[in-house]
Amino acid sequence: MKIAIVKYNAGNIRSVINAVKRLGFEPILTDDPEELRSADKVIFPGQGEASTTMQYLRERGLDKVILSLTQPVLGICIGMQLLCRHSDEQDTDCLGVFDVDVKRFMPQCHEDKVPQMGWNTIYDTKSDLYNGFDKPEFVYFVHSYYVPLCESTIATTDYVQPYSSSLHKGNFYATQFHPEKSGSVGERILKNFIENI
Amino acid sequence: MLAKRIIPCLDIKDGQTVKGTNFVNLRQAGDPVELGKAYSIQGADELVYLDITASHEGRKTFTQLVTRIAEEINIPFTVGGGINELKDVERLLNAGADKVSINSAALRNPNLIDEIANHFGSQVCVVAIDAKCIDDTIHPNGHPEIDGTWKCFVNGGRVETEYNLFDWAKEVNDRGAGEVLFTSMNHDGVKAGFADVALRRLADSLTIPVIASGGAGSKEHFRDTFLNGHSDAALAASVFHFGEIPIPELKQYLTNEGINVRL
Repeated sequence: MKIAIVKYNAGNIRSVINAVKRLGFEPILTDDPEELRSADKVIFPGQGEASTTMQYLRERGLDKVILSLTQPVLGICIGMQLLCRHSDEQDTDCLGVFDVDVKRFMPQCHEDKVPQMGWNTIYDTKSDLYNGFDKPEFVYFVHSYYVPLCESTIATTDYVQPYSSSLHKGNFYATQFHPEKSGSVGERILKNFIENI
Repeated sequence: MLAKRIIPCLDIKDGQTVKGTNFVNLRQAGDPVELGKAYSIQGADELVYLDITASHEGRKTFTQLVTRIAEEINIPFTVGGGINELKDVERLLNAGADKVSINSAALRNPNLIDEIANHFGSQVCVVAIDAKCIDDTIHPNGHPEIDGTWKCFVNGGRVETEYNLFDWAKEVNDRGAGEVLFTSMNHDGVKAGFADVALRRLADSLTIPVIASGGAGSKEHFRDTFLNGHSDAALAASVFHFGEIPIPELKQYLTNEGINVRL
């Protein structure tokens, strides 16, 4: 099993490498188009800001490489948002795999702090990414922008309003939360991606 | 709904946990990685590792430890202690820490908060504030008055500054910190509850999450800081290390009290 992790200018990539290693796999971290295309699974992780990460991907042609991938791809956090059409964050055009725009959380009451930081539940989970999930589960989130519910939604979370905490379209899967930091629940999701998709 | 967080804090000296000898049946309680894993399995939501080593050699040991923690722990963790400049932050984040906690350095150079937020994002920047209510109007129940004068302290609570707690917390918030970790020096170690009056004022005036620290002695204290103090998270050390309050029992209790925690 060849698991490639997209190397780019986002933060928190090491924790994804560590999480995949804990599952017993040896991922490679690469921005080489051939390495990415020849992998069995590609993870597009990260934490960061939309416009600077998008610009970095474009300058290196990684935007086209990611769009050309045919094997299962998992976007995490900013990776998920970059796979959407557009982000309100610095008014950024993104990759457009998912036909939906990324919005900023607009607090409705004092409890709605932005960023959302901490453990929240995912529910209404669909797709093989959530094999074995039969009740809402807590996962770890850190984000200020969110993806509204749409036809690609495969998990829902409530913060300010119900929104997409996970997406799926074709070979592209994505989570707004960090499975690599979500304890045993996160490990089940990563394991499902690697072994069941 | 976003869950309230329970955060054990581990003090590290020369790569070993300082407290923790009585921790539930754990033979290697001195090993920060093993202790962190045990907490994670028990249901801790995050961990804080505080480096209390002063030496340069100790710093290197701590960075190596952070690398090991990141390899083995599957929940978020914050590291603090001895962070003075951006390159300290970079070193610890590269080692795999999710967040860094800065304290004295932020009061000496508030611009450090902006720098961390701009370089790495607000979410990695926890600003720890040690403050003491210096008035004599302490309630019999140990809670300083809401209008009491709270002063911020540096150097592990040894040196008083001119900064007022609420003014400084607002500045920290506005400069782009991701969270405030407030330790009341009046309450710390007393085990009579968190500084809920001051915490509530902080939580209600800031736009970022507030972590309560100092004063945990019973399960009820955690309930009170979430309900009355409006805290987003509660941090404690000794009650967890000595097994006085097992985390699963605490979380079950909080759930029964109607507080949303991750079970």
